[in-house]
Amino acid sequence: MTAAAEGSPPLRMTRARRNALLQSEPVQGFALISPTFLYALILLVLPILVVIAHSFWTQHYLTIDRTFTLENYRVALTEPIYRDLLWRSLYISLTVSLFTVILAYPIAYFISFHGGRHKSLWLFLITIPFWTSYLLRVMSWKVILGYNGVLNSGLMGLGIIDEPSTALLYNSTAVIITLTHAWAAFAILPIFVSLEKVDRTLVEAATDLGDGPLRSFLRVTLPLSAPGVISAALIVMIPTVGDYVTPKLVGGKDGVMIANAIQAQFGKAANWPLGAALSVTTMLIVTLMAGATVLIIRALQRLAR
Amino acid sequence: MPEQPQIARPQSDRSQSDRAMIEIKNVTRSYGAFKALDDASLTIREGEFFSLLGPSGCGKTTLLRMIAGFDNPTSGSIAVGGQPMEGIPANRRPTNMVFQSYAIFPHLNVEQNVAYGLKRLRLQGGEEKRRVEEALAQVSLTGLGKRLATELSGGQRQRVALARALVMRPKVLLLDEPLSALDKKLREQMQVELRRLQQAVGITFVLVTHDQYEALAMSDRIAVMFGGRIAQVASPKEIYQRPVNRQVADFLGGMNFVKAEIVEENAASLVVDTLGFGRVKTDKPKAFVRNGGGATLGIRPERLRVLWDNATAKFEVAGKVVERHYFGEITHLIVEIPGLEKPLSVTETNDFGADDIPVGTPIRLAYDPEALVAMGD
Repeated sequence: MTAAAEGSPPLRMTRARRNALLQSEPVQGFALISPTFLYALILLVLPILVVIAHSFWTQHYLTIDRTFTLENYRVALTEPIYRDLLWRSLYISLTVSLFTVILAYPIAYFISFHGGRHKSLWLFLITIPFWTSYLLRVMSWKVILGYNGVLNSGLMGLGIIDEPSTALLYNSTAVIITLTHAWAAFAILPIFVSLEKVDRTLVEAATDLGDGPLRSFLRVTLPLSAPGVISAALIVMIPTVGDYVTPKLVGGKDGVMIANAIQAQFGKAANWPLGAALSVTTMLIVTLMAGATVLIIRALQRLAR
Repeated sequence: MPEQPQIARPQSDRSQSDRAMIEIKNVTRSYGAFKALDDASLTIREGEFFSLLGPSGCGKTTLLRMIAGFDNPTSGSIAVGGQPMEGIPANRRPTNMVFQSYAIFPHLNVEQNVAYGLKRLRLQGGEEKRRVEEALAQVSLTGLGKRLATELSGGQRQRVALARALVMRPKVLLLDEPLSALDKKLREQMQVELRRLQQAVGITFVLVTHDQYEALAMSDRIAVMFGGRIAQVASPKEIYQRPVNRQVADFLGGMNFVKAEIVEENAASLVVDTLGFGRVKTDKPKAFVRNGGGATLGIRPERLRVLWDNATAKFEVAGKVVERHYFGEITHLIVEIPGLEKPLSVTETNDFGADDIPVGTPIRLAYDPEALVAMGD
């Protein structure tokens, strides 16, 4: 390349300039991230912009009026039905993430601290339910919780109840149970990873300084695994707010969530702008809630010192 | 926990009481067929700076961890302060440990790290704060209490680990290779400081190290270990000058080995014939094992002195310089002695020009027959 450049001076100039450009760190950096950046732009940012734009427009039967309006947000925030659905969604997703994390932590702890040589086997076993479709897993909870379901037959067989309970299925509790099960692995993995990173010598040091197993766990292991707990909580909480398959299948009318309303607006109700406004509102509230969760866990962590 | 003595102990080999602080009796630790520690017995005295010295895998860390309670003997017993430790978990033992990696809690600052063990004691009226300050002052970290562990240098982390253990006022402080992660200069400085600190607080220190100079410089007594067994327990001087066998001699620095034939043997001494050094009478070590009619004599390179010009000595050997290595303040000479199967290595300080002796020069070396020690093979 150098030899060729020496033969033609003008070419050498441009090449030198281009080389300088290619060698500058910012340019190299942008070049490196550009495929992922474009991917993110096209698949994440653009759809969101489209949704946000729609939320300020108005639907007129089959056409969309593109004059700016805040009417959709007024409806989304003041109509009791949407407010209730939003609250219920937040309540369900918070409860689900709380239970999921509480149930996932001991499992992750066991694998990390007592898994021995079989850690990867344990992790592999945990992923097995994910080999089947999400729908199938939700349907199987219908079988367990249903009127003639496993749980009811079992309880009747034991003589605890006389007739099948209808309180198990088609309500928000059923949604919570199903979602808690469905998201378990997503909570176990990040907690496991952060537990793996806890230096075991630190636990020994805590023991050496007089802490029993429970104290050293609360004062060292738990605070140091907090990043895993935070990500587990967020990974579960954020998508469950917007879940609409589970409430549709096991929620009944008592378990309807905001995503069902959004789906209806984009589908049967054919009011895209309102659906968009509901989506944006949900997104903002989820962001706030996620931020609050991080802050609360950090504060708890500081309290543990 | 006992109150810390207010007066520093005088620095001398006889400074400690003869009361046993740690008694290790016939301790074995097996992992399947492998014995990490094989029938080790040892008594560590109160107020002593004791070192467990040996190459990696010799069982020294295993022994330390068993004293701390992180591991349990397969057989045998360990007592600390007269109290048997069997069944007592690590958190209830009167020992504290300085870990090799320091194990500073990354989510806590220096003060919180040092106060970690005190929190549980719920001390009244600012006592906790006072003790933390005192411990930080002991390790010269006053004023750094609010720093995060991640903002500290290696030497500072080491001091935090030390303060965190000392603040508990343990009967025994266990140190697992505490200086191995520091650079040479800092390590040497910390050796002096650790020794001074031990003298000041009067706590029994048990140090695990593979660095013989570290052990020699700091300890009151040293146990040298090989392959799960304790080879020798003695003062640094004794270990260095009178090693019980070739392995110990080798591990503690250079040693010239000379084959010898036993002429006369009684309870306290040996008379041997050597090719290079002639007939020599030496003390018989306690653990001496007669190897047929033979024995091995050892002499440290620095105990051989170059005789200049016409100087004479009562005991001397003659030979020829075959190699010369320059080390700054000293020169290492390899001297061939007629009759000896291996040439002798000699270290000589450079103040008389040992660094200028040409290879091939005939040379005479003076020695003290006291420096020739008999040992088992």
